[in-house]
Amino acid sequence: MQADQGANALAIAQEQRALKDANHDLLFSWLLKACALLVLACLLGAAGATLWGGRHAFGAFGWHFLGSDAWDPGNDIYGALVPVYGTIATSLIALLIAVPVSFGIALYLSEVAPPWLRTPVASAIELLAGIPSIIYGMWGLFVFAPFFADHIKPWLTDHLGNPPPVQVPWGDGVIPFTPWAVEHVSVIGPVAHLLHKLTWAFGQLFTSDSPFGASILTAGIVLAVMIIPFISSVMREVFQTVPTRLKESAYALGSSTWEVSWDIVLPYTRSAVVGGVFLGLGRALGETMAVTFVLGNAMSLSPSLLDPGASIASTIANQFSEAAGLQKSSLMALAFLLFVVTFFVLLIARLMLRRLALKEGR
Amino acid sequence: MSNALYLRRRVANMVALCMSMLATLIGLTFLAWILWETLHQGIGALNLKLFTKITAYGEDGGLANAMIGSLIINFIGIAIATPIGVMAGTWLAEYANRTKLGESIRFLNDILLSAPSIVLGLFVYTIIVLPSTAITHGSTTFSGLAGGVALALIALPVIVRTTDEMLRLVPSTLREAALSLGVPQWKLTVQILIRAARSGLITGVLLALARISGETAPLLFTAFGNNYTTFNPMDKMSSLPQMIYQYANDPGEAMHSIAWAGAFVITMFVLLLSLASRLVLSRNKVSHD
Repeated sequence: MQADQGANALAIAQEQRALKDANHDLLFSWLLKACALLVLACLLGAAGATLWGGRHAFGAFGWHFLGSDAWDPGNDIYGALVPVYGTIATSLIALLIAVPVSFGIALYLSEVAPPWLRTPVASAIELLAGIPSIIYGMWGLFVFAPFFADHIKPWLTDHLGNPPPVQVPWGDGVIPFTPWAVEHVSVIGPVAHLLHKLTWAFGQLFTSDSPFGASILTAGIVLAVMIIPFISSVMREVFQTVPTRLKESAYALGSSTWEVSWDIVLPYTRSAVVGGVFLGLGRALGETMAVTFVLGNAMSLSPSLLDPGASIASTIANQFSEAAGLQKSSLMALAFLLFVVTFFVLLIARLMLRRLALKEGR
Repeated sequence: MSNALYLRRRVANMVALCMSMLATLIGLTFLAWILWETLHQGIGALNLKLFTKITAYGEDGGLANAMIGSLIINFIGIAIATPIGVMAGTWLAEYANRTKLGESIRFLNDILLSAPSIVLGLFVYTIIVLPSTAITHGSTTFSGLAGGVALALIALPVIVRTTDEMLRLVPSTLREAALSLGVPQWKLTVQILIRAARSGLITGVLLALARISGETAPLLFTAFGNNYTTFNPMDKMSSLPQMIYQYANDPGEAMHSIAWAGAFVITMFVLLLSLASRLVLSRNKVSHD
């Protein structure tokens, strides 16, 4: 009888305990879920906060905000074109440099280098990714920009830039001509005219009379150095996922290392490679400190890559603390544009990276 | 004919391999160049004043208040991000591993990982600096706490990701053994899984700390800067990266050398942290074998 009661009490206690555990489990999982949802809240909040902060600018300028190159705190007129152009131009230059270099590094580390050299070189390249961006900025400002102004920029202006133009009457108006074109003016037909205009436009990219090292090209190069470790480590990782039998079959048919890399490895990993490139692009678009130091912060549009410019992030870093009213709202609006664009770039990057993982059945 | 083709393919191969070697050399050159300048200029400018005097003295001062500020702000950032990040990562790995919501959050977390930090700074400016200005009628505006929250947002995705990855590495036999003994799931998570993945989690926190200790952009309009030492997180606070930014843009040569010394300190700190995180992880691997 007593034993029965004890067993009964035990059963009740056990049931209560199970109930309590279930309750705790539920509470615990809710707590964890709330924390995970916080990640979502951060993304939505950042987009929402900048959109809310930029509402006055969007309201005052409408769509014109995107297309206007004005940035005039005196008259309270703002447009996004100059910083948007600077952001896109620096990021594209960075990609143009970083993608081939990263591909070379990944190729070297996965196919060419002797095995004992691979790990140390790979960790050295990854060390580049760990250096804070402010250090890149200081190096860019004090070391690279002067070097650029002394050695690279003069060469670029001499060899690719346009010489001072000569004004020549042409048709109804006057067009600037290079001295070469003036010499051969009698043979310039319509095709040559077009060609000349194109080379002139290209030359304009490298024509600059600013004596400083800070320019859109400088910022692009520093950004390239910053994103090389990101892109090359993604490429190296995905190159290693290529099944060995594919590569060995190609080698057995007599392919060279380069042919295997270009015709077998690259097509197999194409989507992930594109993903890695977009990941680098996302980094480059949002980078602030390194760019702010070497871009020169000129709020004007220039056709030359050797002239100073401004990017969205550098404009915000420079002006936000002292801005008020419509200027502050315009900066917030710029931040919203940056956030939305980088979000979609990173979204594409992750989707592309996932495609290869799915293919492998991971 | 076939000889010419063969020769051409061999030449193309040689050229490509040489280019790849050249690319690697370019990468290593830039690494060596940046590290060399930081070490060379930084060690030259290093002295005791740097650690004992505050920035209010300008050229004759040091960076003591900025270092204290950096420590406090980083501590706040890590203290906020670690529990939230570990819990969110646990949810992803243990509760929502194959669910749609879990997959989407994991995916969005990866995006947050590389989101522009300056926008996160503006977000914190909007949700903390502006309201605290409004509530206190302007007596509290920028604060070390706001800076810490901004850094926490940057550290969070790093911790979430490493926690998620490390927990998924824990063998499922461990879970099954505990559950078959009737251990409730929360106890299993807290007392067994977190413990099994402990060194992985520490690595994640160290990596996050390395990531945020060099961050500058979000601090410019959250912690703002302060030329005097303060321990009060509700006060404006200076930080090492922000002081470097300010001094590097100063026209004075003496300021530049202080900035280089600060850059040296940060670089060493970050490199040591990443080294430490590697050590923690490799020691863990050895003990599992």
